[in-house]
Amino acid sequence: MNSAVSSPPVSSAAAAALLEVRNIAKRFGTREVLKDLSLQIAEGEFLTLLGESGSGKTTLLRLIAGFEQPTSGEIWMNGARLDTLPPYRRRVNTVFQHYALFPHLSVADNVGYGLRVTSAPAAEIPARVDAALRMVKMQEYAKARPSRLSGGQQQRVALARALVNRPQLLLLDEPLSALDANLRKQMQGELKSLQREVGITFLFVTHDQEEAMALSDRIALLRDGALEQVDSPREIYAHPASSYTAQFIGQTNLLRGEVHEGVATSGVLRWPTAAANGVKVFSLRPECIQLAAETAPGAKAVRFRAQIRQQIFSGSVEQLEVDCSGQVLRVRIPARGVLTGEHEFVFHPGDAIPVRE
Amino acid sequence: MYSRAYKTIVSVPPLLWVGLFLLVPYGLMLAHSFWLVRDGVIVHEWNLQNYATLLRNPVYAEVLLRTARIAASVTILSLLLGYPLAYYMSFHATVRKDLLYQLVIVPLWVSYLVRGYAWKTILGSDGVLNGFLQYLHLTKEPVSFFLYSPFAVILTLTHIYTPFVFLPLYASLEHIPRDLIEASHDLGANPRATFFRIILPLSIPGLLAGATFAFVLTLGDFLGPLLVGGPSSIMIANMVQSLFGTAYDWPLGAAIAVCILLFTIALLFATERLEKRWAFR
Repeated sequence: MNSAVSSPPVSSAAAAALLEVRNIAKRFGTREVLKDLSLQIAEGEFLTLLGESGSGKTTLLRLIAGFEQPTSGEIWMNGARLDTLPPYRRRVNTVFQHYALFPHLSVADNVGYGLRVTSAPAAEIPARVDAALRMVKMQEYAKARPSRLSGGQQQRVALARALVNRPQLLLLDEPLSALDANLRKQMQGELKSLQREVGITFLFVTHDQEEAMALSDRIALLRDGALEQVDSPREIYAHPASSYTAQFIGQTNLLRGEVHEGVATSGVLRWPTAAANGVKVFSLRPECIQLAAETAPGAKAVRFRAQIRQQIFSGSVEQLEVDCSGQVLRVRIPARGVLTGEHEFVFHPGDAIPVRE
Repeated sequence: MYSRAYKTIVSVPPLLWVGLFLLVPYGLMLAHSFWLVRDGVIVHEWNLQNYATLLRNPVYAEVLLRTARIAASVTILSLLLGYPLAYYMSFHATVRKDLLYQLVIVPLWVSYLVRGYAWKTILGSDGVLNGFLQYLHLTKEPVSFFLYSPFAVILTLTHIYTPFVFLPLYASLEHIPRDLIEASHDLGANPRATFFRIILPLSIPGLLAGATFAFVLTLGDFLGPLLVGGPSSIMIANMVQSLFGTAYDWPLGAAIAVCILLFTIALLFATERLEKRWAFR
């Protein structure tokens, strides 16, 4: 239940927060899609909501846009309550997954729609529309109909249509998922530099963790309607808090080991650790494991021998699957030709990161 | 996949059917319009007398105009009733949607004649409506103009043709992607602005289809005036009917029929072109 009396955020850390999601829960019938979720988005940042299908990321986006109402909790923007406003009164704009361009209007009329319905000064509109189209490099298509444009072009128009209104927050609902791989990479770069240029806060939804890492200032990983971890891409990659995070973002080996007096044992592997005694799961990234023959490992390095089970060549790297006395590990090394048989591998104990299960 | 011989053979029956039951009758009708009646017998002498009569005698223009007026009224009223219903059902009804849809369709299963007679019962001097008004003491005597008037014809035909307007309109509205509505709201348009700028323009093909149905069908209607119209509401189809019946002047009747047919064809062409222009542009 949304309470009638509530106060704006008080803490000093929230002073720079543009958007604050407080204890949001959303239920559809009996299904709980979002569970007591709280999140802050800083002004000017590029935050990505990352998660599988059904994790609640799109629902959260729609709650912020105003297309759904929260079952409980509040959303605040700039010290004012947001979730009680209808979508047409929020200073928030959305770029839709399937663009949602108005088919009966030209590109220019689409882009100018928001300005016209909010009664922006009529004399300004053509110039602002033109500037927005130039920003996405679509000024040549001003008179065209959306049906004549390719997916990537429609996407740009959708972006211009949203940005021309100078929203305080731009929501992007998996805008690149309908594009092919090359175009996607290109658009990612354009989006990133656009955001830098315009300075508007972006809230981006995707299920593609590579995309999230490439674009974001921070990633908010959602799992079953709750926040798993919120950190910068480098931080979340280097220090995943849970095994789920370690596996979802990038690839990893999850080593289940017994810790006793500062030493972790998993299968035939043993390494020093600062973790407490007991059973613990460790995340060891494939690229942290190297061929002993190719490196000059330090004294502290952990060595082990393993059989090559599978080798996949990926251009610049080899992705190996090795069998270490029954334990299967993934290894990633620079490309160096076909390997067979048994080899010696090394990794640094510090790269085995204890994670929550 | 299919041999040419097979394709030719298979298309013969439908072509025969169309030819026999459509083209031949139309051809006969066209031919009759150029003949005349002398001494109670149809004479096959080619002439333009019938068309001249239509142009010169003001009675025919008067009836045609009345028919067009009634058709226009029925169309507009059906749209005024059908559009809000279709809009509500498409955008606001969730659980009861199917039930409401059935309720709109079910009257179409009831024979036109039965519905016409039902209105006769309701609107007559001893009818339900008059009885109700007298019971409430709103009137002292039965109001006679409810029945056997253009009012009754328009009312009855609106009732009958509203489902025809509703169906294509509803289909058109259902086809509007919901994310367009969300996009409109997102960009700052309230529901009213969204309706006039997005929903209405995109519903025009359905609107045109429905309006055309109602107008063309009403134009050629003769049962309505027959049941509830009375002498003051004769429509053009009634004239044609009597000319082929008791008034026995088939050539004149055929001439009128040809005119209506040409007018309807022209109207259908025009609306089809309009519909294409507005189809999801």
